[in-house]
Amino acid sequence: MIAGIFTSSWIAGSIVAAMAGVVGFFVVLRGASFAAHALPLCAFPALAAAHLFGLDPLGTALAFALAGAATISAIGQGTRRDIASAIWLVLMLALGELFLSRMHSYARAVYGLLFGQLLGVTPADLHLIAGVGILAALLILLTFRPLLLSTLAPELAVAAGVPPRLVEFLFLALLALASSAALPAVGALLCFSLMVGPASAARHLFDRPTAALAASVALSLLTVWGALLLSSATGWPASLFVGAGGLALYLAPRARSFRSLVRA
Amino acid sequence: MSFLIQSGFLQSGPVQHALIVGGIAAVVAAVVGVPTLIRGQAFASDALAHVSTAGGALAPLIGVNALTGFVLMALAAGGMLEAVPVRDRAERDLLTGIVLGAGLGLAALFLSLGVTLPGASGATVGVLFGSVFLLGADDLVPALTAGGLALVLLMAFLRPILLAALDPDLARVSGVRLRLTGAVHLACLTLAVGLAAMTVGAILSTALIVTPAATAIALTARPGQSLLVAAGLGLAGTWGGLLIAYDSYVWTNGHAWPASFCIVTALCVLHFGLTGGLSLLRHLRGGKVRR
Repeated sequence: MIAGIFTSSWIAGSIVAAMAGVVGFFVVLRGASFAAHALPLCAFPALAAAHLFGLDPLGTALAFALAGAATISAIGQGTRRDIASAIWLVLMLALGELFLSRMHSYARAVYGLLFGQLLGVTPADLHLIAGVGILAALLILLTFRPLLLSTLAPELAVAAGVPPRLVEFLFLALLALASSAALPAVGALLCFSLMVGPASAARHLFDRPTAALAASVALSLLTVWGALLLSSATGWPASLFVGAGGLALYLAPRARSFRSLVRA
Repeated sequence: MSFLIQSGFLQSGPVQHALIVGGIAAVVAAVVGVPTLIRGQAFASDALAHVSTAGGALAPLIGVNALTGFVLMALAAGGMLEAVPVRDRAERDLLTGIVLGAGLGLAALFLSLGVTLPGASGATVGVLFGSVFLLGADDLVPALTAGGLALVLLMAFLRPILLAALDPDLARVSGVRLRLTGAVHLACLTLAVGLAAMTVGAILSTALIVTPAATAIALTARPGQSLLVAAGLGLAGTWGGLLIAYDSYVWTNGHAWPASFCIVTALCVLHFGLTGGLSLLRHLRGGKVRR
């Protein structure tokens, strides 16, 4: 029984980590941190609504995620996008709160959707995660080259005939997909940490994009496996170790430059 | 009228406390929000707000009041953001996100430790989404102190804070001490986060800071005016939301809508209504674009 639960957590965590590693690589290179924080929060009211009205969680999560991606990509770039992301984010959180307040066992549901329950992944969650994972993998395979080109050399990509707005929307859709799958495992608030921490360390370690991408996936997997082990050993929430792992991975490669900065 | 304002709204003690604390929070948050948004720090203020969840969850574990917990944790996160040097905007957003993630991890821990305390049921939701109608008379003094302190600091440093936000180079030339100004701005922002967290909860406190300020900046180009407009909009949204939440108890036969949901929705409706109305007006006048 215990072993069975742990296996489904382990499979779910690994799928989520692999996706977060790939998507996070693009998040870090494109400087889309705030969008990566705001989009997962669209999946929060989606899953809350699915619980409340008995809808199909996969379909609802996809619909909300795509709506969120469309909204954020329509807003455009710059400071106004920041503000619009912030307003969108609080609106989604408030909507999720309304849905959850209509249910029994309110507090547990809120905690689970926001902070995730990696050790309590159910078979239904696993179906959702695997389904979205396959979709996201297909999307990545189809769009990998234009996405990479427009991320690394936007002007070159435009010259090569890659439409920038379409790529931006596809990127946000991918981000939304990955976050809705990550939601049951690491929660709406922390799937972002899993995306950004490993990817930022990988970018510091490797210059070649493919090597950095592989390192990002590997570090992300290590973070989730470490969080699973530490969480089952201490009984503390896995999200704590995911968040702390993100911070450690961000700071570690930068330690040397801090030291020289302090000395200077 | 009796449908709009259900009986006993202003006579009820909890409603009075909620109106006072919510009003202070709305004004302080809206006024701090304007220079915060001008500096392009919407994400940073959101991160401080979310990280303050950990403070609110830790407060009952170490026996301090929730406001102190919110403010201290937001201050720690803000200090970290100021202390680590960053090259550009993307790098700053990255660092903001990383601090946000670590803080939320702590929040997950403290919340899960907190539910094992006796009588802690509902504490999770209270910290995250607020429980403004449960504020007591003993919450008024800390809220008034924090609000007064933030407003005094803001009024004393209003010109340098606005100047540093609008044009850092000009501010430096005119003798503004940027580090001091930045520290005062951060202190006011954390106080605003704490007060807003008492009203709508730590996770939604961004709404009080960002939404009225964003509406005001869209409506008027003058910083001085936008401060007043933001404060007015914040008050209108917060008090309107509280009224709707109170009324909804009767409208829905006892399944009241959460107060923070009502406040956030009221603020967003004001935002989209006013900015949408303004662009419609400009469109009708012949598509002239200001500035």
